Amino acid sequence: MTSATAPLYAQLGMTADEYASVCALLDREPTGVELAMYSVMWSEHCSYKSSRTHLRRLPTDAPWVLVGPGEGAGVIDIGEGMAVAVRIESHNHPSAVEPYQGAATGVGGIIRDVFSMGARPIALMDALRFGPLDDSRNRWLFEGVVSGISGYGNAVGVPTVGGEVVFEDGYSGNPLVNVFCLGVLPADKIIKARAERSGDLAVLLGATTGRDGIGGASILASAEFDDTSSDKRPSVQVGDPFQEKKLIEVCLDLLDRGLVAGIQDLGAAGICCAASESAANGGCGIELDLARIPRRAPGMSAAELMISESQERMLAIVQPSDLDAVMERCAHHEVHAAVIGRVNETRRFTLVDGVFDHAGVPGRNAPEPSGKGGTSAVADTGRGDERFADVPVESLGEGPEYQRPLSPDPALKTSQDIDVWAQLDGRGVDVAARAEELLAVLARPTIASKSWVYRQFDHQLFLQTVVGPGGDATVLRVNDTTKGLALSVDGPGRMCELDPRTGARLAVAEAARNVACAGAVPRALVNCLNFGDPGREHVMWQFSEVIDGMTEMCEALSLPVVGGNVSFYNATDGVDIFPTPVLGVVGVIDDLDRRPPTPALLEGDEVIALGATLLEVAGSQWAAQHAVEGGMPPACLPTEAARLIELVLELVDGELVRSTHDCAEGGMGVALAEMCIAGGVGIQGRPGLSGDLPEAAWLFSESANRVICGVEPNKVDAVINAARRVGVPAHRLGTAGGSRLSLPDIVSIALSDIDDVWSNAIQRTME
Amino acid sequence: MSANIGVVVFPGTNCEQDVARAVALVGGTAEMVWHTETDLDRFDGVVLPGGFAHGDYLRTGALAGHSPVMSAVKKFAQSGGPVVGICNGFQVLCEAGLLDGALQKNAGLSFVCQPVELQVAAVDTPLTLRFDVGDVVNVPINHFEGNFVCDEQTLQMLEDQHRVVVRYKDNPNGSVGDIAGICNEGRNVVGLMPHPERAMEAILGSDDGREMFRSILDFASSERSGA
Repeated sequence: MTSATAPLYAQLGMTADEYASVCALLDREPTGVELAMYSVMWSEHCSYKSSRTHLRRLPTDAPWVLVGPGEGAGVIDIGEGMAVAVRIESHNHPSAVEPYQGAATGVGGIIRDVFSMGARPIALMDALRFGPLDDSRNRWLFEGVVSGISGYGNAVGVPTVGGEVVFEDGYSGNPLVNVFCLGVLPADKIIKARAERSGDLAVLLGATTGRDGIGGASILASAEFDDTSSDKRPSVQVGDPFQEKKLIEVCLDLLDRGLVAGIQDLGAAGICCAASESAANGGCGIELDLARIPRRAPGMSAAELMISESQERMLAIVQPSDLDAVMERCAHHEVHAAVIGRVNETRRFTLVDGVFDHAGVPGRNAPEPSGKGGTSAVADTGRGDERFADVPVESLGEGPEYQRPLSPDPALKTSQDIDVWAQLDGRGVDVAARAEELLAVLARPTIASKSWVYRQFDHQLFLQTVVGPGGDATVLRVNDTTKGLALSVDGPGRMCELDPRTGARLAVAEAARNVACAGAVPRALVNCLNFGDPGREHVMWQFSEVIDGMTEMCEALSLPVVGGNVSFYNATDGVDIFPTPVLGVVGVIDDLDRRPPTPALLEGDEVIALGATLLEVAGSQWAAQHAVEGGMPPACLPTEAARLIELVLELVDGELVRSTHDCAEGGMGVALAEMCIAGGVGIQGRPGLSGDLPEAAWLFSESANRVICGVEPNKVDAVINAARRVGVPAHRLGTAGGSRLSLPDIVSIALSDIDDVWSNAIQRTME
Repeated sequence: MSANIGVVVFPGTNCEQDVARAVALVGGTAEMVWHTETDLDRFDGVVLPGGFAHGDYLRTGALAGHSPVMSAVKKFAQSGGPVVGICNGFQVLCEAGLLDGALQKNAGLSFVCQPVELQVAAVDTPLTLRFDVGDVVNVPINHFEGNFVCDEQTLQMLEDQHRVVVRYKDNPNGSVGDIAGICNEGRNVVGLMPHPERAMEAILGSDDGREMFRSILDFASSERSGA
């Protein structure tokens, strides 16, 4: 904690160099409110000052990309005149302090990002990370986050259609709550946050401005946790899904009627960020009147009004001639609206107090100034006035950019050299022992069914959910078109900890493969990059490696990155979390005229594995089960990943496969068990499946780039031939039937036992 | 078979478009009715869809129960017109005094979104005209407060008068008597917690809700021709 005797800029999280830069660009010392604004706008959370230099390496272009990174959400063209807006964001720090509200407001914020583009939000997904559930605090966090998503997401009327949950030691003090939101809109109706016409009005819509969430970005999200973290609870915002639902409806109504020129969500850094970005993007300036900001607490300072992160607010830019119509629609939807400022040509961000009337005209019917002494800030141009602000509008969004030093942790090499198999060899020596091992892996909360989570989320609203949560990818129908969307989020932090570049490749490949399993062509990726303290060289090295790994895989898959979010300072008491890039991939199905294949096996089908199984158990769930750490993660070649995805798309498109399942966490044993459970049928395996590999290694290895499919007997040759043509190994594993997962000489378990362990593990822990 | 159905929308309602879509799928027309409206004469039937009317902040359905539109719904119901409340709409009908009983938090104290099997228990209602007693349909539920409660006398009355319309086969929320939906004494007002509009197409998991919406249209048309 910064001591109270430190200079004000330091208490606000700024360095001496950053403060000197502010003084230099203003050619004077900043006033109180100016300093508050710069401290938030230049925080890591808002300015990406440590990450920007690396993020530039990501591929962001493709012919179907309509809006790339940097706007409220990325937008891609999906055909038939329709577009999809996507965004992913973290709410880790607030959730660690107050899990219900932290998660709830994370949902609210990302929804606003999506409808600020003019898109109707139609789907949410969550990627969650917690410490092990045998710890009561972790159970409290897990339950609180799930309740928060359920309480807010269900009430706001945006279905939560999927996601993933992982439990690992590394997240005990610092859970991850990453929320993905997708919206749809006509491709020619994209709105951007722009104030580009002098004289237009800045209209604040939605909730009043209070003291909640003051400094959320700079205080919470830009420092790590220690035992005083609970003191930061007042920095967590409180969500109101009913207000947000009304805000969605009024904003889409206003956009539909062409009544707003630009619109932006108020998130981190509140009014200050939304107003300055809108003006800077449009090449204009903006003047705000403090006295016109509707507030929920008396005596709020100018700084508090500018940086408050009160939820459920939007800033609309409106032509004066449209103001009456805007106010009428707001009254209809029962949403509060107030003109708080005016766009001008100055390219500066300025504050006045008690100057504008209700329609943004200076001089007439101005309210009483809100500040001390009762004089307006304009009349009192004394620079000592803490309400005075007059800064170049671009400068708020142009924070410093750091080239932070980076180098791998010297201990990493030693860890990577560990022979993980040597430590696991000897476990699961016979069929009976391997059955026990497989049941234990299936009961791991990371692997087990998450239905305890999903059934708390409305995942069916809008009559669009063709394949709901729990499989490889969620499949949505885009209503009133022939198109379908497949969505997946993935982020294997365990693998990234072992080798961040390989881990990032694995993450991209897995998310893309998941949507391909549903027959969708991967078209866009959004990333939420969760890392530790960027001041530590190994953390910046991990970050840089992850960017390179993602870039390599995205380029091989022609998969553009259309948006993202960076969350640093995920550390507790000096221990960083696993480097965890969470990737959301959107795939497009051109003609969704039937249910695409799912993991559910059909009786009588032949089970075929595509891709090679090698002795790669490091980082696996089996290794985690036995607390064996270290080693190198499975190799993941971009060319192999691309080849397999192409093949799977060809097989699904040609209706050669009736079920598909990605084979990743937990390996072959888990993938086959899940297919049996989903289909309610066993597998009678062929002899000699493990070949030269030890049986347990074959069962639990997590080799990359594998997909299992169920194939009608008369189509087996066609599948094998298609695989051979593109050089993907294909192995016949057996036939779907009976009531056991029976793989000769490897493992044999009753389906009922598998189902019971996998289906109920989390519920039993939570009850 | 065509009928014009009014779909009542409160601030916070979120299933209105889905209900309109369901009505259209079986050949009816649907029109949104904002909660401040006071005239429903142009409609052959009225549906109160699911969602979180007024945020459900006071008590589910409590504020909505006193909305201007509810006076019109009462009048519409008194004249014999079919009124169906789904999920939050059921809660609103109870709060408005059009249906008996109340909905409290699920026995498991958490939100539940999942498919359930329902058994039809009464067939002379707008929801179930096209069914036989004992028919089983697959329709999803999606609620936190769907646990139907009433005092013993009311329960006895509901049973005696055959006013339980649908029951859960495997009770997901603790409702007394496995009650998923009931009707009023006039048998033209029905409330149920499950969402038949979510069971309209096989590609989305079930199309058992179609016959329920067809029943609503049948009832609405016959009511209109009878009047």
